[in-house]
Amino acid sequence: MAGLVPILLALLLAPLLLGVINRTKAFFAGRQGAPVWQPYHDLRRLLGKGAVYSRTTTWVFVAGPVVGLASVLAALSLLPLGGQPAFLSFTGDLVLMVCLLGLMRFVTVLAALDTGSSFEGMGASREVTFSALAEPPLFLALAILARKTGSLSLTGILGAIDHGLWLQAGPMLLLVATALFVIFLAENARIPVDDPNTHLELTMIHEVMVLDHSGPDFAMILYGAALKLWLLGALVVGILVPAGSPWYVGWPAAVGGLVLVAVLTGVVESTIARLRMHKVPQLLVGSLILALLAMVLGAR
Amino acid sequence: MNMVLEALLVFIVLTNLLMLGSSRLGVYIRAGAMQGVGLSFLFFTGEAGWPHSHIVLLALVTMVVKGLVFPSLLFRTIRQAGVRREMEPYVGFTASLLAGVAAWGFALWVGGRLPLPGVIRSDLLVPTAMFTIFTGLFLIVARRNAITQVLGYLVIENGVFTFGVAVEAATPFLVEMGILLDIFVGVFVMVITLFQINREIEEIHMDTSKLAALKD
Amino acid sequence: MTAASLILATVALPLLGGILGRLLGFHSWLARWTAGLAGAAGGLAGLALAGELLWQGGRAAFEWPWFDTGYTLALAVDPLSAFFLLPISLLSAVTAVYGASYLGASHGGGHSPAAGSPHGADPVNPANVGLFAGFLQAGMALVLLAQDGLGFLVAWEVMSLAAFFIIALDDAQAENRAAAWIYLVASHIGAAFLLFFFLYLGMRAGDFSFEALAGLALSDRARRALTLAAVIGFGAKAGFVPLHVWLPDAHPAAPSHISALMSGAMTKTGIYGLLRALTLVGLPGRPAAAALIGLGLVSGILGIVMANAQRDLKRLLAYSTVENLGIVALGLGVGLWGAATGQTVVAVLGLAGALVHVLNHALAKGLLFLAAGVLVQATGTRQLDRLGGLLKRMPGVAGSALTGAVAIAGLPPLNGFLGEFLIFLAAFTGLVSRHGESTVPLTLAIMGLALIGGLAAACFARVFGIAFLGEPRTAEAAEAAPPEAPMALAMALLAVGCVVALLGVAWSLPVLGRVVTTVLRLNPLEIELELLKAGVLLRAVIAGGGLLVVLAGFLAVVRHQLLAGREVGETPTWDCGYAAPTPRMSYTGSSFAQPLNDLFGAVRGGGEERPRLAGLFPATARFASRPGDACVERFYEPVFRRVETFFQSWRWVQSGRVQAYVLYIALTLLFLLGWNLW
Repeated sequence: MAGLVPILLALLLAPLLLGVINRTKAFFAGRQGAPVWQPYHDLRRLLGKGAVYSRTTTWVFVAGPVVGLASVLAALSLLPLGGQPAFLSFTGDLVLMVCLLGLMRFVTVLAALDTGSSFEGMGASREVTFSALAEPPLFLALAILARKTGSLSLTGILGAIDHGLWLQAGPMLLLVATALFVIFLAENARIPVDDPNTHLELTMIHEVMVLDHSGPDFAMILYGAALKLWLLGALVVGILVPAGSPWYVGWPAAVGGLVLVAVLTGVVESTIARLRMHKVPQLLVGSLILALLAMVLGAR
Repeated sequence: MNMVLEALLVFIVLTNLLMLGSSRLGVYIRAGAMQGVGLSFLFFTGEAGWPHSHIVLLALVTMVVKGLVFPSLLFRTIRQAGVRREMEPYVGFTASLLAGVAAWGFALWVGGRLPLPGVIRSDLLVPTAMFTIFTGLFLIVARRNAITQVLGYLVIENGVFTFGVAVEAATPFLVEMGILLDIFVGVFVMVITLFQINREIEEIHMDTSKLAALKD
Repeated sequence: MTAASLILATVALPLLGGILGRLLGFHSWLARWTAGLAGAAGGLAGLALAGELLWQGGRAAFEWPWFDTGYTLALAVDPLSAFFLLPISLLSAVTAVYGASYLGASHGGGHSPAAGSPHGADPVNPANVGLFAGFLQAGMALVLLAQDGLGFLVAWEVMSLAAFFIIALDDAQAENRAAAWIYLVASHIGAAFLLFFFLYLGMRAGDFSFEALAGLALSDRARRALTLAAVIGFGAKAGFVPLHVWLPDAHPAAPSHISALMSGAMTKTGIYGLLRALTLVGLPGRPAAAALIGLGLVSGILGIVMANAQRDLKRLLAYSTVENLGIVALGLGVGLWGAATGQTVVAVLGLAGALVHVLNHALAKGLLFLAAGVLVQATGTRQLDRLGGLLKRMPGVAGSALTGAVAIAGLPPLNGFLGEFLIFLAAFTGLVSRHGESTVPLTLAIMGLALIGGLAAACFARVFGIAFLGEPRTAEAAEAAPPEAPMALAMALLAVGCVVALLGVAWSLPVLGRVVTTVLRLNPLEIELELLKAGVLLRAVIAGGGLLVVLAGFLAVVRHQLLAGREVGETPTWDCGYAAPTPRMSYTGSSFAQPLNDLFGAVRGGGEERPRLAGLFPATARFASRPGDACVERFYEPVFRRVETFFQSWRWVQSGRVQAYVLYIALTLLFLLGWNLW
């Protein structure tokens, strides 16, 4: 049952990461900022509300958040944390995890298109474009790690990245972690790819897709986004924090690492300007190149 | 020590890619400078411990010239010319990045086959040197701005320099210093010329394609 | 029934049904259903045959001495043909039923299913479609059953020509005539290579039977040349880039159920032929395997990039077929690479992945083409941008189409994911084994497959989202009527088939052992062991998918409970404060695809017509863009233009005078006489 702990940690603490990011941004902007627990209040408030639906929408609109949240939850069951095994682990589970995230995106996009709104269509279009480009570097990064560790399951891979591997292949791991961090930013709709705080529909990507969701539906979307942030962040942390320690060190270290990743995200969002839309592919190609370099280093 | 060497080489490769993918002249100059400083550290990655004093001297001179003198000269030039971006390159930036990856693959292939004297400390050293040279050539061929051209020459020299480190024993100290001096004079002259040209003909904006008008 | 009679039924029933239906052509309903039911019965016979062979092994044969010629028509099923018979028979049966209904409705209605525009004076007779559909079905079965080179070539021609006639049936429109010609040329360029392949082997062996051909000892050079000929010849049918040019033209020209059959089944005979050819000339070495990986990557990426650029629904699906056959080639390439480098696991997984993808693509693509047929019939257009909001008009069709879209995008929890998972697994396994030379091709395979997956999801989110969701963009879409029961049933069958295939593949993967053994010729036990292990993984994948379904159900219940008793309001979609939005202002498929189109502009082809705007208040301007095909624009058009110019300069030979022709004959005869006496 130890496999349930990573899931429980994610379920409990994922919204905290959003709070930490916002707090960091507030600090850089010289504001007091909302408390780090704010996302929990938001979720509670949304869950307590009724809902309003557009007359254009169908069951697909309702299914979007439900299936999306279910996908990311299923993906979470494959995620190891702190060098400890995942709830579910088998050879090739990394492919399933990435594709479950793909399904989450697919249903979100369909729900967006179901509203018939131009804005949401625009966001959906951008989302599928950028995520299609993020897929090769993500798979490549996982392939490098698989090759270096000789394992094909996430639990095996992240469990094998220990001090020894860092001493032997430090630069490579650093490159992979950087590439994954770029993908983490892109996939979670953070600056420099997307601005979660923007209020202009024409420039948004993820936020604009969910404009018409409300109440419990929107809570599921917010919560799903937080879990996705946790999931991809945990991959980065899984590389950066060497495995091989017992659970009472591993899990706290991983959670601490995730909070640091959230702080780093906040720093990035505060110091870097958002890229113009047509520059985003270049960023993703850049992460692909980092991963390729790592492959060259790792494959020798 | 090998890991430090590898990290340095990766750093050099990354600076090359940064130059290929960026449109800002400031980024070019800074990346070139970082590359130069990174290069000078290559001297300290030998297995024999602390290197000879003349090597240390060479490293220090390299660091100062490439990390401080060139960048400040170049920055002064772009400030005076008021040009900050590479406009309309012959090859787009994403395409340049992909070309860079292809060049890196080619360099790896060549590096594995090139017969070289002496022991090479890392099998990445020669490919990195080749890749740096390719990057410099690419920048010269695919960009319009005169500053980028100068930087291209500098990057080529960095590549040659890396080669020198790779075959350390085979290159005498004096040759290295000589090359450094040549480049120094070269950059100096180019910067002054650019400045003069820019002052004479305002609308050139350091676009070398306009120089084609002078061919007759 | 014995196996021999099943074989006979598989081939003869559709043939007889088609002919009988044509004879009954005076009565539309009778003609359509005769051909349709006979086709369905033939398909079921094929299914039974394939099932028996696959699950019980062995080899069923049927021999018929061809009168007094000394040639014996030998038809037999071995595991390889049995596997391909499975999707082909299933799709034949389903499309036959669908077609019987579809052709009738379109005959009476105002719109031609083939062209998407009102009929001219000469409507297509459904009995003719039924006739050639019968020939097509029988031809495909014969291709799989033929056991000698000659029989195979004849069957191949029957299949190819039957398809040609169906494409050419609605010949009132110039684009259909052009499509038929392009198909015929492409098909025969391919057939020429196959002719070379079989004639060369037959000449060497002195006999055309597959057994004799497989026993030949070939030099390396001959083997390379033959492998190349097979890849080109069969690749033309499978639609590998750059031999794919016939697909996007031919599919829109044919009635939708025939498009489904051509795309889902006929292209697969190319893959079957390729595998069969490999059993004859032996497995290729590393360069050829790497080349096949490259071919798969190019087909897959270009296919889906160009699919995404299309606005014509059926053209889009045709390009998606190019993409999926690319994935199959990729899987084959990875498998053959594994075989060439002695990595049995990689070989088995790659090949199994390719085979599973063949099955899944047949189901999903068949389903999507049938759905396209419904949309064409209901709205009279194939243009994606003129649809919209159809989920409310035809919920059943939308549900089936959504199943097909998720399956074909390779997303869990549906069957399309399994094939891609196996191919990924093969590439990853080869990469992890640290076989030095494998790094580059397998890394490329993984990256390419990832990109294809992402783009396919984008493409089919667009197809389903634009066609079925949002507001109807035209009056036709707003008034679309749901299809007749047999058509809806056919689609529902295929949608259920997708789920059955998901479970069936995971639980009976070792059945593929015999098929893989036929191709790889490795130790069957070892192969079966690998498949057993892979089957366990697939079931783990399904467990993940099951978890997803359970969670989704749970969340749906939670949501329902939360909203119970609360205020649930209705409103228009958020319009950013703009008061009078119209459906025409909603995002179109073209807009949706634009970022990807821009990104891949260099490899996609097509063009734009931009107005030049001047002044502060420019006059009315017009912008137009058209999707294109880079291969056609940059390769075929220039080449064929040059060929045409060359032959134009020889036109004087065709003088039109009888005297001249007699002179040619005389000169040829004299020349041959002289040549023989030399």
